[in-house]
Amino acid sequence: MLSPHQSSELSSRRKNVIIFFIILTGLIFIVRLYFLQVIDHRYKIFASSNIQRVLTDYPARGLIYDRNGELLVYNEPYYDLMVIPGQVREMDTTEFINLLGITRTQFENRLQSARSFSRFRASVFERQISMNTFAALQEKMFKYPGFFVQPRTLRKYPHPIAAHTFGYVGEVGPADIAREPYYRQGDYIGISGIEKHYEEVLRGRKGTRIVLVDALSREIGSFQDGRYDTIALAGTDLHASLDLELQKYGELLMQNKRGSIVAIEPSTGEILALVTAPGYDPNLLVGRIRSRNYRMLQNDTLKPLFNRALMANYPPGSVFKVANFLVGLQEGGITASTRYSCPGFYSSGGITVRCRSHPQPVNAITGLQYSCNTFSCIQFRNTIEQPKYGSMQNALTTWRDHIVSMGFGVTFNSDLSHELPGLIGSSELYDRIYGPRGWRALTVISLAIGQGEIGTTPVQLANLAATVANRGYFYTPHVVRAIGHPDSLNPEFRQPNYTTIDSVHFETMVEAMYQTVEDGTARFSRIPGITMAGKTGTVQNPHGENHSAFIAFAPVDDPKIAISVIVENAGSGSAWAAPISSLMIEKYLTGEVKRRWFEQRILEAEFLTNE
Amino acid sequence: MRPQFNFFKNVDKLTVFLYLCLVTIGWISVYAAEISETHRSMFDFSQSYGKQFVWIMTAIVLGIIILTIDVKFFPAFSYIIFGGSLLLLVAVLFFGTTVNASKSWFHIGPIAIQPAEFAKYSTALALARIIYESKSRARSLKELIKPSLIIGLPVLLIFLQNDTGTALVFAAFVLILYREGFLPGWLLLLGIFAVFLFVLTLLMNEFIIIGALTAIFIISAIALRKKPAIVKQLFLVLIAINTYVYVVDYTYEEILQPHQKLRIAVLIDESVDIRGAGYNLHQSKIAIGSGGLTGKGFLQGTQTKFSFVPEQGTDFIFCTIGEEWGFLGSTVLIGLFLTLLIRIILLAERQKSIFSRVFGYCLASVLFFHFLVNIGMTIGLVPVIGIPLPFISYGGSSIWAFTIFLFTFIKLDSRRLDLL
Ligand SMILES: [Zn+2]
Repeated sequence: MLSPHQSSELSSRRKNVIIFFIILTGLIFIVRLYFLQVIDHRYKIFASSNIQRVLTDYPARGLIYDRNGELLVYNEPYYDLMVIPGQVREMDTTEFINLLGITRTQFENRLQSARSFSRFRASVFERQISMNTFAALQEKMFKYPGFFVQPRTLRKYPHPIAAHTFGYVGEVGPADIAREPYYRQGDYIGISGIEKHYEEVLRGRKGTRIVLVDALSREIGSFQDGRYDTIALAGTDLHASLDLELQKYGELLMQNKRGSIVAIEPSTGEILALVTAPGYDPNLLVGRIRSRNYRMLQNDTLKPLFNRALMANYPPGSVFKVANFLVGLQEGGITASTRYSCPGFYSSGGITVRCRSHPQPVNAITGLQYSCNTFSCIQFRNTIEQPKYGSMQNALTTWRDHIVSMGFGVTFNSDLSHELPGLIGSSELYDRIYGPRGWRALTVISLAIGQGEIGTTPVQLANLAATVANRGYFYTPHVVRAIGHPDSLNPEFRQPNYTTIDSVHFETMVEAMYQTVEDGTARFSRIPGITMAGKTGTVQNPHGENHSAFIAFAPVDDPKIAISVIVENAGSGSAWAAPISSLMIEKYLTGEVKRRWFEQRILEAEFLTNE
Repeated sequence: MRPQFNFFKNVDKLTVFLYLCLVTIGWISVYAAEISETHRSMFDFSQSYGKQFVWIMTAIVLGIIILTIDVKFFPAFSYIIFGGSLLLLVAVLFFGTTVNASKSWFHIGPIAIQPAEFAKYSTALALARIIYESKSRARSLKELIKPSLIIGLPVLLIFLQNDTGTALVFAAFVLILYREGFLPGWLLLLGIFAVFLFVLTLLMNEFIIIGALTAIFIISAIALRKKPAIVKQLFLVLIAINTYVYVVDYTYEEILQPHQKLRIAVLIDESVDIRGAGYNLHQSKIAIGSGGLTGKGFLQGTQTKFSFVPEQGTDFIFCTIGEEWGFLGSTVLIGLFLTLLIRIILLAERQKSIFSRVFGYCLASVLFFHFLVNIGMTIGLVPVIGIPLPFISYGGSSIWAFTIFLFTFIKLDSRRLDLL
């Protein structure tokens, strides 16, 4: 047993041993650090030749084909000159700026803005360098540490068509980056059209590669055998429902005109052609010329950026009688055999609607065939003044519900970007304008002939034609028929939308529209050998010449195409819109147009100046 | 006796000052190591440095709370705390989540807690209590059984979590066993000699070592041929050493798993696996080495940014300090740690209560072990073992656990006259 004195002496010795150990460790560390940091210069050299560079592999965006496998959109490679400010060293700046053709101030400014973004991450120094610059730079890259060339791709369009439908691609903005962390500064994103709606499908997945470069900017290997690398995945190809030839032809017919053509395959809802005139060459909105061209198009008084096919809000005019007659037949306001005689006008309570001279008397079929305004007004009034509704509000709401079931007043929410709903007058609207007791059937009688508080888009009108062609239902109109493989049909749009009208009434309208073409307002647009059903419209335009409108489908018994055409300020529907429709249908169904003189007349027509 | 409202009376100001210096350096270093270009604010809570700030602030609150606890609580509840932490270690085996192959984390909402970090603290409490209670003044290897059990239980459970690094930390308690006289000094020397031989065996062919030792023995045997008893003893020592050398070599070659082998092999020559296990060490040495005398300056490091070493802000945090603050900065940090360690030992020595003294030594031992292994591995003196640098590395559990540990001792020290 130790005495307390001996014990405390021992303890004190042990304490000193422990403190000695701790100090020894510290000293060993300091000596080691002195060798590592001060004596040994190898590590500074290692550090300067141990530069990691994070390279992004940008996958090729998915291609877009037409319905027959024709290429519509592809990618073209180009190069961006990138800079990592933290890796920039002393270099021959004069030679460098001469190569790029920039001033010294520009050089300094760009370097400064890259530095303020990040010292360690790459920024674009010069976008889309020319092939010549690229070749010259490539040889001398080792002289410019911190700079490197990044391969990218841009959209390219072999045919300058369907610009609005494709939409365009641009650099992501801060809002995109904040919304979705996938995006980094300098990435591209679909901004409108198919590019926007199918962004996630088209973009694929970026890959990241970390490479080690030496002090001369040469790649000396992958970092940790690629442990942190991710492989880029190419975007998925899309098969648009557009028919290249038909789209091209539609744009040709609409040259020097303002308006729109929408063609739909009734059995699927696939859009065969979506023409907006005037349009623009999609190649204008690509890469670094995009913002300049965009401003130019924006300032164009013809408004080429405005997608009329989906956004223009036209009163449909007489075309809308088809929808009104369907409601009348369904609601019992008229029957298929109801007949009236037309004195050449409709007059009631101080309101007069003019009609033209045509054979008498008229029923639902001939009323449509001759586009009789009198019959239209009578049937509309008979329909909504039925006592069963109890009130005007109820009556109009019933009417409106039927109209909405045909796709009017709402958007289709399909893959069409920037689509607008249009307008169908509602009880609430009239209550607001006239007060709840301030309006009656006569107040809203203009609805009977598709005028007044009513606006429809060309795609909605084409959909009406498709609905009649299908005898009562429609598939949501869409522009991409398949994603990836051409047979993997877009599952989003496979459900039919039924209208609230019985198909028997559609049969009546099919007959009426057929007669319209055979021996009615559109008889001059008959296509030899093809049965077509159609309805003309002449839209009153308080600002100038009337708009020419037409809807149609063909063949009548096995419809392959439904169409709407609107030519602004062109006059009557039978003079312009109906012939254009008939040419489009002929082109689509037979592959060629035989009526050259008929075609020539359209090609030569010009309706841009008489606004 | 008037009630003591002044909880901070007698608190050792130097220790608290050193603590505040270290956590501040830690926060700044985590910021420098992990700065995100898009979130540059040091207080951006979506980033690790923003979180680290929260961890530090909450840790300081915890520290203050500990100072307000009645000092008798710690010895009284030491076993209960120890038992509780053992339960947590068992629970984490069943309900924990796996991070980096170690099933050692509890995820409660956004917070991740690693019970093993707190086990060091509770083991120190239990160890202090059991040594305080042992009646016999005589310290022998026989008395070692109870303390060994207290150390061994958590070690076993942490090994089961596959968290070898944290389990190894408990080896630090050897120091307290030595200080309290359980382990004789020669055993410690023997241990150091064993480590020396171990490294030598790995560096050289084991047969050369065995041959050299045998040659030395033969020469001494001839010189001492008139004293056969000593020769006989020397012969036994020779057999023992040679067996050890052989066993070490065999263990290294045959028993260690390839990745463990590599961790040791890269210490000797990091180029053996420059893209794998040697990679971290190589990068770490480049980062520190390129710092030079005065460093590259705050946020100016090129090696520790985006170098994709996953433990940038945690285990390899010293790289950032070495690169950006150079030899001078590194030396200051080492100086701060040495000062803190020696201060804790001196405070421990002035305790009247054996409980407080043992606890203080436990604290110093654990801190020293972390310091030794963490900085040692970044400069290539110790195999890469993933344990944090106390108060510096990013991580809530680590900061909290070390803060609780340190402030418990500060509290014990401030009431050293009340505890016997
Ligand atoms: Zn009439």
